[in-house]
Amino acid sequence: MNQNEKLSVVVEREFPHPPEKIWRALTQPHLIAEWLMQNDFKPVVGHHFHLRTTPYGNWDGVIESEVLAIEPQKSLAYRWNSGEGALRVACVVTWTLTAVGNGTHLRMEQSGFRADQPQNYQGAKYGWQNFFGRLEQLLGRAE
Amino acid sequence: MQHMADTVLKSLADPTRRAIFESLNRDGEQTVWMLTDQAGVSQPAVSKHLGVLKSAGLVRDRREGRQTHYSADPKGLKPLLDWASQMTGFWQKKFDALEDLLNRMDQ
Repeated sequence: MNQNEKLSVVVEREFPHPPEKIWRALTQPHLIAEWLMQNDFKPVVGHHFHLRTTPYGNWDGVIESEVLAIEPQKSLAYRWNSGEGALRVACVVTWTLTAVGNGTHLRMEQSGFRADQPQNYQGAKYGWQNFFGRLEQLLGRAE
Repeated sequence: MQHMADTVLKSLADPTRRAIFESLNRDGEQTVWMLTDQAGVSQPAVSKHLGVLKSAGLVRDRREGRQTHYSADPKGLKPLLDWASQMTGFWQKKFDALEDLLNRMDQ
């Protein structure tokens, strides 16, 4: 395993809709609820909120979040923390909108960072660590 | 499924154990002595790591005379790959739902 490998899930798609419209779907609570989850989101940096879905297995279905960065109609980043034990997810979800012709390219990146050092987080520069390195720390704390 | 992924992740979270698993994947079947030469820890420590990897389903062993030969079992990584694909599948479904919503929304 390469030391520089990072855990990051990227999903991208082009939509035949303008960025303004997609931005509304990403930032208005009643619209977010229609495609993502029930929530008490507010487009304010530092706002703490929850996303809630149906619990399954050992998971309570709750994602704890905090708005980290907003650039209207361009980008949005929030925490994505949930679960417990070895599979605890402590991530940041970053949405990036790019106008393309008559539509928009939407990119979602879910990345992990050093959960024990939130002070290392600065703007868009996340202190990412390699996947297994991060797990090592999480497991070390869990035991 | 969750439990299996836990076991695999815990096994690979230790750097020495991970290095042993990587060596078996890279260089093929080896004895505990060959692994000890590279590991930088004692032979009993290597044996212990191999035991953990074996119980996680990541390593197989084969007796030949007085020697035991160890090899990586790629099937052992399946719970981890399943978990990773669940993560991606989740967002693909959410993108589908977003697309539906956008088609229903006014400009």
